[in-house]
Amino acid sequence: MGAFHSNPAEQTYRDLAEKTGFSVEQIWILHNRFKQLSHDEEMLRRDDFKAIPDLACNPIRSQIIEAFFDQRNFQTNSDGTAHEIGFEEFLTVMSYFRPPSLNMTQEEKEDLRRAKLRFLFNMHDTDNDGTITLEEYRHVVEELLSRSGAIGQETAKGITDAAMLEVASTSVGHMGPDDVYEGITFEHFLKVCHPFPAVKGKLQLILTAFVHTLFPHYRPRLYIGYTGVHWA
Amino acid sequence: MPVVLCSCAPEAAEMPARCRWAGAWRTFPRVRWVFLLALFAGAVASASAGQVNDTDSGATGGEGTGHHSRRAFPVLAVNYEYIRMPFEISLWILLASFMKLGFHLIPRLSGVVPESCLLIAVGLVVGGLIRLMGETPPVLSYNLFFLCLLPPIILDAGYFLPMRPFSENVGTILVFAVVGTLWNAFFMGATLFGVCQAVGGQLESVGLLACLLFGAIVSAVDPVAVLAVFEEIHINELLHILVFGESLLNDAVTVVLYHLFEEFGNVGIVTLADVFLGIICFLVVAMGGIMVGAVYGVLAAFTSRFTSHTRVIEPLFVFLYSYMAYLSAEVFHLSGIMALIACGVVMRPYVEANISHKSYTTIKYFLKMWSSVSETLIFIFLGVSTVAGPHAWNWPFVIATIFLCLISRVLGVIGLTFVINKFRIVKLSNKDQFIVAYGGLRGAIAFSLAFVLSAKHFPMKNMFLTAIITVIFFTVFVQGMTIRPLVELLAVKKKKETKHSINEEIHTQFLDHLLTGIEGVCGHYGHHHWKDKLNRFNKMYVKRWLIAGERSTEPQLISFYHKLELKQALMLAESGSTAKLPSIPSSASMQGESMRRSTRGRALPQISKVKEEEIRKILRANLQKTRQRLHSYNRHTLIADPFEDNWTEVRLRKKRVEMERRMSHYLTVPAKQQDCSPVRRVRFESDNQVYSSNLNPGSPMFHNDDPPVMEVARAPIARMDSVSLVDDSSRPQDSETARSSSGQTLAVSEFKDGDLRIPCCRSDPRPNLNEEADSTFLS
Repeated sequence: MGAFHSNPAEQTYRDLAEKTGFSVEQIWILHNRFKQLSHDEEMLRRDDFKAIPDLACNPIRSQIIEAFFDQRNFQTNSDGTAHEIGFEEFLTVMSYFRPPSLNMTQEEKEDLRRAKLRFLFNMHDTDNDGTITLEEYRHVVEELLSRSGAIGQETAKGITDAAMLEVASTSVGHMGPDDVYEGITFEHFLKVCHPFPAVKGKLQLILTAFVHTLFPHYRPRLYIGYTGVHWA
Repeated sequence: MPVVLCSCAPEAAEMPARCRWAGAWRTFPRVRWVFLLALFAGAVASASAGQVNDTDSGATGGEGTGHHSRRAFPVLAVNYEYIRMPFEISLWILLASFMKLGFHLIPRLSGVVPESCLLIAVGLVVGGLIRLMGETPPVLSYNLFFLCLLPPIILDAGYFLPMRPFSENVGTILVFAVVGTLWNAFFMGATLFGVCQAVGGQLESVGLLACLLFGAIVSAVDPVAVLAVFEEIHINELLHILVFGESLLNDAVTVVLYHLFEEFGNVGIVTLADVFLGIICFLVVAMGGIMVGAVYGVLAAFTSRFTSHTRVIEPLFVFLYSYMAYLSAEVFHLSGIMALIACGVVMRPYVEANISHKSYTTIKYFLKMWSSVSETLIFIFLGVSTVAGPHAWNWPFVIATIFLCLISRVLGVIGLTFVINKFRIVKLSNKDQFIVAYGGLRGAIAFSLAFVLSAKHFPMKNMFLTAIITVIFFTVFVQGMTIRPLVELLAVKKKKETKHSINEEIHTQFLDHLLTGIEGVCGHYGHHHWKDKLNRFNKMYVKRWLIAGERSTEPQLISFYHKLELKQALMLAESGSTAKLPSIPSSASMQGESMRRSTRGRALPQISKVKEEEIRKILRANLQKTRQRLHSYNRHTLIADPFEDNWTEVRLRKKRVEMERRMSHYLTVPAKQQDCSPVRRVRFESDNQVYSSNLNPGSPMFHNDDPPVMEVARAPIARMDSVSLVDDSSRPQDSETARSSSGQTLAVSEFKDGDLRIPCCRSDPRPNLNEEADSTFLS
């Protein structure tokens, strides 16, 4: 592997590996992909994402793209959105999807899980006020149904309302006479998401593919990985 | 006739027994039932044993009438032969059902001993009784088992297979099923051969092939036994699907190995070509079975598209196509079990979209009923066959078999998990491995397969049978009984009783799309990518063909939401007529309870009696007006068939609106208000017309001179702009007027008069008001 990298690059990769938790091989592969997407430029823009053919038929494409440019996800304690991202930010966002490694303590696993759920929460909470309001939630549902035309429009409201009702009832319980339920805070989100096994399992994505690519000069093999359903 | 006599005899014996134990009889009702059950068992035994005598008396009776032409006209004649077969079958099924009843009447017993053990014990008792009568008990024959008793269980399992955990773990399941079973078979066969040679004596004549065949038969985990035991221990879904999936999918391996070794057993020599052919055969059997099942599944789905006018026979199609898939696969020696599973899995989403709700319920209950009875009968017959069959006990062989079963299973699971964990995200812990290994129960399939071995080619058949029965007894009794305390001891995660809520569905779908998108960004074609492609293919082409009407274009989230609504609507309909304050079910159940509780003790705004009367008059008038139209939608005739489709649609729409209404109130209005509004809503909700109001009595707006506008919107899906009030509750009027202009309103002017305080009446929880409205509405 040393033959393919110059030493400074390798040092960068090692730093990144420490920061994000990926292995150096995985970072190498992701860097290749980054260069492919950005056409060998330093920074990646929204248009580059939009050019990905696989994303074209994804109903939540715009939200995914936004997530990559959302500065809250860069772990730098900043807000707002960026116009273009570098490889380090790209890698940081991708690191939300790696599975917990075997030698993590329980605390670290908990932190990782929390970070993942925070990422998910940020995807929904577009105006960055710390709560997912009914409007934002409805936007999510509408996007999911965005391929269904008129049918989706009308029932999206009903679905959103029912869903919010449920979140409110499970997280707040019996509300006082003057309470108005403003929106889902992150704590409520954790509580609501917690019992969903399918949700938890999916957060740990299949980047194990990269683990098994032993030859870095080879492009990532087609690999049908396993996403087991996980109960923590 | 002997049967009549036999059944009379126990009754005659009962009388003195009653007199004698009158005291005990009364104080221990359970004793009564158990006693009657025992008597019934005896009756069944005597009935099936009493056949031999019947034929003689029947014959003589016939002859008698022939000879004496001047005999008196027989007023009462008995002809048992005529109905013998169906009668016996019915008696057996009745016995099985009574046993099931009986076990649940004795509460402590069903908690300690799994049902399967009790049923085998009952079978032993019945078999013993039959033996005592001097007759030969019926044996679990191959045809009976594989053609009648097994298909319902497998269909039930396949049709209700939870697809998500199954498809996520399908790799693990396949590895366990194929590689695990192969390992078990060969390890057991080879080691047993070694044991036989080592022990010598009688066992020396057992050849390697015979041992391998025996190993193949015994090594397969049995779905019936696994279902029976695992259902009671409520283990978490992952382990359940692993063991259960393995038991289903290993059928292909078992079939191939069985036929392979049986063939070779005849020939005596194995060549490399044969091994190669065996592998090809396995692929053909497995894939062929799945193909056959899929084809029949598609046919069933297609047929169900046209059944909208003949709802009554819809379940019949489901059952018939599945059964034919099974039989067709068995014709070619393909794996019938896999065909059945494939058929159920393929047809389910389309059939459920097409059939009526009642047909769905029918299918569900029939499948559960049949599979339950089948399972009971299988275990009882297993017990009976144990008593019946010729046994050849051989200590070393049997002990070796049991040990080797356990050891090979444990080694296999550990070894395979070691390899699988490298590929799994969620590793299988040691506890999981233990449960998977311990849950590998053997059952009636092994017994039936051994039973049909030809005694000519396998002179050790009886010994094999005995060993298999012993293994089955060991696994079912020892492992079945101890698995529950072990699960508790090891603190294995139990199944979580979460209701499938709308939030979960939204999140799961969102994550699916998110992960597919991330895969796209990575340029990596993984699990999600292919799943997404399959879904899109499904949506674009398959659903158009197989689902009738507009439901073919309905996205999954919406159909899920509709199902949820329908469920809630049904629950409301059921509970509404009995309870004054219907509970808001499932997803908002907690809220419903809190609402009900707080309804009792709430501060009431005071309104004058006069106003109240006015309100009531107006309400009654309007309710009566709508009642003619509602007549067919009355709660009691709601269930009538001809209206069912319309009703479902209307009901769904109303339910949707009702939920929207409730939502808007919940989010805009202080919580106490919604206590009454859903009540009121439910009353009105059955109307074709929908009363809507988004008033906020707690806010200062209420005391404005602006009257609360009572809008009767004809449009079933009202636009709920009021939800935007979540942040700003001071603009109810704007959205109202906006709505009133957009929706079609009926007699709005009637209510624009100043002195109407409709919300007042809504918030009025006084029972008499509700009752009145209730009685006028529901009469």
